[in-house]
Amino acid sequence: MITFMNNSDSEEEPCNERTSLMSAESPPVPSYQDGLQASQAGEAQAHRKRRTGSSRSPNNIADGETSDSGVPVREGILENEEEELTLKYGAKHVIMLFVPVTLCMIVVVATIKSVRFYTEKNGQLIYTPFTEDTPSVGQRLLNSVLNTIIMISVIVVMTVFLVLLYKYRCYKFIHGWLILSSLMLLFLFTYIYLGEVLKTYNVAMDYPTLILVIWNFGAVGMICIHWKGPLQLQQAYLIMISALMALVFIKYLPEWSAWVILGAISIYDLMAVLCPKGPLRMLVETAQERNEPIFPALIYSSAMIWTVGMAKPDTAARRSSQQAWDAAEDGRENHRSPSHADSQMSERRSPVPTRPITSFEELEEEERGVKLGLGDFIFYSVLVGKAAATASGDWNTTLACFVAILIGLCLTLLLLAVFKKALPALPISITFGLIFYFSTDNLVRPFMDTLASHQLYI
Amino acid sequence: MTLPIFFGCTFIAFGPALGLFLFTIARDPLRIIILIAGAFFWLVSLLFSSLIWFITVKASDPWDEPLQKGLLIFGVMFSVLLQEAFRFLYYKLLRKAIEGLVSLSEDGCSPISIQQMAYVAGMGFGLMSSAFSMINLLADALGPGTIGIHGDSQLYFLTSAFMTMVLIFLRTFWGILFFRGCEHQRWQEIAAVVVMHLAISGSTFYNPLYTGSLMPSYLLMATAATWAYLLSGGSAQNLWRFLLCLQSDANPQLES
Repeated sequence: MITFMNNSDSEEEPCNERTSLMSAESPPVPSYQDGLQASQAGEAQAHRKRRTGSSRSPNNIADGETSDSGVPVREGILENEEEELTLKYGAKHVIMLFVPVTLCMIVVVATIKSVRFYTEKNGQLIYTPFTEDTPSVGQRLLNSVLNTIIMISVIVVMTVFLVLLYKYRCYKFIHGWLILSSLMLLFLFTYIYLGEVLKTYNVAMDYPTLILVIWNFGAVGMICIHWKGPLQLQQAYLIMISALMALVFIKYLPEWSAWVILGAISIYDLMAVLCPKGPLRMLVETAQERNEPIFPALIYSSAMIWTVGMAKPDTAARRSSQQAWDAAEDGRENHRSPSHADSQMSERRSPVPTRPITSFEELEEEERGVKLGLGDFIFYSVLVGKAAATASGDWNTTLACFVAILIGLCLTLLLLAVFKKALPALPISITFGLIFYFSTDNLVRPFMDTLASHQLYI
Repeated sequence: MTLPIFFGCTFIAFGPALGLFLFTIARDPLRIIILIAGAFFWLVSLLFSSLIWFITVKASDPWDEPLQKGLLIFGVMFSVLLQEAFRFLYYKLLRKAIEGLVSLSEDGCSPISIQQMAYVAGMGFGLMSSAFSMINLLADALGPGTIGIHGDSQLYFLTSAFMTMVLIFLRTFWGILFFRGCEHQRWQEIAAVVVMHLAISGSTFYNPLYTGSLMPSYLLMATAATWAYLLSGGSAQNLWRFLLCLQSDANPQLES
């Protein structure tokens, strides 16, 4: 799910929607395997963010149902400027998302093409119990559909569970769960990955070195993700985690099931984010009622700060940093993306803002960036990785899927700019990706092969 | 073979384009987006043309050699026409985008001009098409094997790389010419682009007689380059001044 993040607190109202953007309490993100849920949690956050941010500056953050209560009068005046600014920097945001998505895909494709382990069939996850080694096509199709149904229902159940946990304020449970899952990802999966890479290149590594490397990698990762860390390091860890998860999916999902699951997940994403009864909406509304910030759990954020200036002591910012510290002490959950608090406190870079400063009171710190759920990263990489793994050794298919996904992301961001509400990032990209995968593999490949064999150029 | 050939062919084919990309496009996010969208449009045109070719092939007798050859020629020509059609569609889209950008900007002018868009769009088309032609070749070049062991030309990889490079440049120049033709309603330029494209693709039918395909392509590229340069406002004096500036180390004037 994609949203723009815009934390601006220039108002001095004690506890309005905007200030709640600052820190991140965590919302429950169930388990690592539900990257989707992560993305949904992200969506929830995005929704939240959107609600809270909307009254102030619509950086494509829409007005939710509940956010109209605190809309200041100035909103109208600011809105146009915000719009211009948004669309002016809109291209920058798109690139800020292109780069990590591309990096994640490159890591996944490079691994798939070189390390044999991830393309070998070694069993299936328990979420996809039906095998695809059946003699008839119909049976295989049926099995893959059944696998998909099971997987999606698991995800729905987990999301609902998550919403319930959040509703009944079982934060500690959630924190514990998230820390456990990120531990597993950062240590166990990295260990396996490193082992396979070393095997592929026939490099020997002794145990003490291995322990040192894995320990450092994992510990720094836990700190960066759950607490604080330099923005780029956090982003790098999030990308690596998404790549690892995507590789797990690519390895353990049987072929046809993977494609059907991708399709079903994008439909589910669409419904969960846009339908009023979706679990994510409920999550967001609950968070809104409690005036709690939505956690940036499992969200990749590409925060940039535009410091416009401060006219008065920024009590809101101080409050937010206070909240951030509290949240830090509570233990953040998984995959805490560079939080706003972090960005605000540690990252003060940036350039001269070009928008006209209308009044002294309006100066505030604004943070502009885009957030994309890690689940989206994971499923994009799964698509491209599957294309790389199974498309008859053809690089054209991989390239086509890659471009299709990037264009889908671009379109989604454009829609975000137009509709100003949080949107699911999966549907458009995955649809394009699937269309291009199947058509390139079946139509374009024979054509290009024939052309290449005669050395013809179009 | 393997690594030297791989790196050699990669840099021959993509080196100049990479340089152009790094120096002119990579800094500006808007241009990157236009580049990728251009690549996407080319991809869609390829999709449709492969669809048509696929249908014709499936509908015909696979053992009839001349027919298949004829269908291939038809496929290539149709693909060329479709690519130019999609270039036109992309032009329309970019026109609309410019209007949007203008209306949203503070000072009433768009952050990017249609000429720059033409260049980037042409580049996008070129990069994508060359990636599609070259990547499988490069992947194969990395592995073991001997080229031309069955009597085919031994220069296959090298000539493919050179052809790819020239095509990237050509597509970039055609982009500039085409958009300019569309802008000023000068159908000669559009027709010239289409004819040139058909000619280049047709000349590749001479492969492996490389003098028949590579030489004309390079000559055409030089022509297209000069034409595009002149149309973009360049002139011999500019070129001379630019070279002089470089030599005399005076204030270098960077003209975008």
